[in-house]
Amino acid sequence: MSSQHLMQPERAVGIIGYGSYIPMYRLSSTEVARVWSGGGRGPIKEKAVAGLDEDTVTIAMEAARNAVARAEIQADALRAIWVGSESPPYAVKPASTLVAEALGATPYLLAADFEFACKAGSEALQAALGLVGSRMGDYAMAIGADTAQGRPGDDLEYTASSGGSAFVVGPADLAVATLLGSLSYATDTPDFWRRAYQHYPRHGGRFTGEPAYFHHTQSAASRLMEELGMDPDDFEFAIFHQPNVKFPSRAARRLGFTAEQIDTGLLSNLIGNTYAGASLTGLSAVLDVAKPGDRILLVSFGSGAGSDAFVWEVTERITSRQDKAPRVTDYIRRRTEIDYALYVRYRGKLKT
Amino acid sequence: MDPKVVNDWRLRGQRYRLEGELCDHCGEAIFPPRDICPKCHEPAKTPQTLSGRGEVYTFSTIYSAPEGFEAYTPYTVALVKLEEGPIVTAQLTDVPPAEVQIGMPVEMVTRRLRTHGEEGTIVYGYKFRPASFWHASTQA
Ligand SMILES: [Zn+2]
Repeated sequence: MSSQHLMQPERAVGIIGYGSYIPMYRLSSTEVARVWSGGGRGPIKEKAVAGLDEDTVTIAMEAARNAVARAEIQADALRAIWVGSESPPYAVKPASTLVAEALGATPYLLAADFEFACKAGSEALQAALGLVGSRMGDYAMAIGADTAQGRPGDDLEYTASSGGSAFVVGPADLAVATLLGSLSYATDTPDFWRRAYQHYPRHGGRFTGEPAYFHHTQSAASRLMEELGMDPDDFEFAIFHQPNVKFPSRAARRLGFTAEQIDTGLLSNLIGNTYAGASLTGLSAVLDVAKPGDRILLVSFGSGAGSDAFVWEVTERITSRQDKAPRVTDYIRRRTEIDYALYVRYRGKLKT
Repeated sequence: MDPKVVNDWRLRGQRYRLEGELCDHCGEAIFPPRDICPKCHEPAKTPQTLSGRGEVYTFSTIYSAPEGFEAYTPYTVALVKLEEGPIVTAQLTDVPPAEVQIGMPVEMVTRRLRTHGEEGTIVYGYKFRPASFWHASTQA
């Protein structure tokens, strides 16, 4: 097979800074089950819930500040800030300009919001790699952040959560993790959607599994590894989009990855599904503990449907940057449990 | 144009990222920006973004909030003494009122302050939260 699907920019590029944010409130699956099915357990332990004064923009701002702190650049050196989300607070008015203003990155930059369900952030990351790789600019930021909502009582109510991560892309000689190659795989597959002006999404039930999540993540991951001439053995870490614990675990096993390889980046049991933030926050948690020379496979998934797959190699710069901002585990440990009543208030679920 | 929208827009630098001023004559950090140094009374117009690190100087808990802030009660408003010197009034967030203490180290975060109704703009601005949940690298 010729290497015709692999994407590699002309200029070598990588991640030069990264950062995350997870709100402190936690709603347990048993609490959701208590309200909606009279008890029992849910698919995860608990999920992160944004507070009353938080939204996708505030989550993106904090993740972005952490990424800039680790990149050790001035924010006005960024030539692009792209926010991927399915829950921006405005239907019309970009989240990206708000983030740019908060960082002090205005006015000489591209700013736009990306949309592709849970892969909106990794799509922005692909675009940032292209912008820097083509020398249109030296630095670009990609963010995936969401405050995801499920219809009360729906299965999504157990897992739809809040959080996000940001990445500063730059030249490879400044990188904490260099890009070895990426690949994207997209088809028209109606597994999950939300029509305009509707508050909650709909999903295709069992259709969300094999033809959507598994087909796209496995196709993207296996083709990328094949075209790079790599095997699961070549990686210290692998991260898959994580709408729950079961899906990424199964996809990883089918591709030949072990539990040890996916554990560090599999956060859904503790924070839920942060949608556009999910696989990217997994990558952030892996970078928090990675060592020089480690190789990382990242595979996102977005309903509709598509997957972006990336292979990264960690550099010696990682060690001095990990402590420049809060780690993902710092945010996971910062937790306050709430009950369903407070959850309803925090997420505005009394509005119709 | 709605005057509230115009006013919010003018304040975005100070509200989103604590952009103040530096006095070129005596070195005083100034926040909020007022173009005249409060210490030496010389003109001061050099923008300087403050670190956002500080401590609670004094505080009080609000149970009966002004219009637009009712949803957040009870919440704490504090005078925060910033590491560069200025004292700012701000809401504390991510902390129950009972856990707030004078001298508590805090850091700036940008959060939603209020909305101008269901159809109006969302106002973002600085709040402060406990800074103790993580520690920056000492070799920074
Ligand atoms: Zn002065």
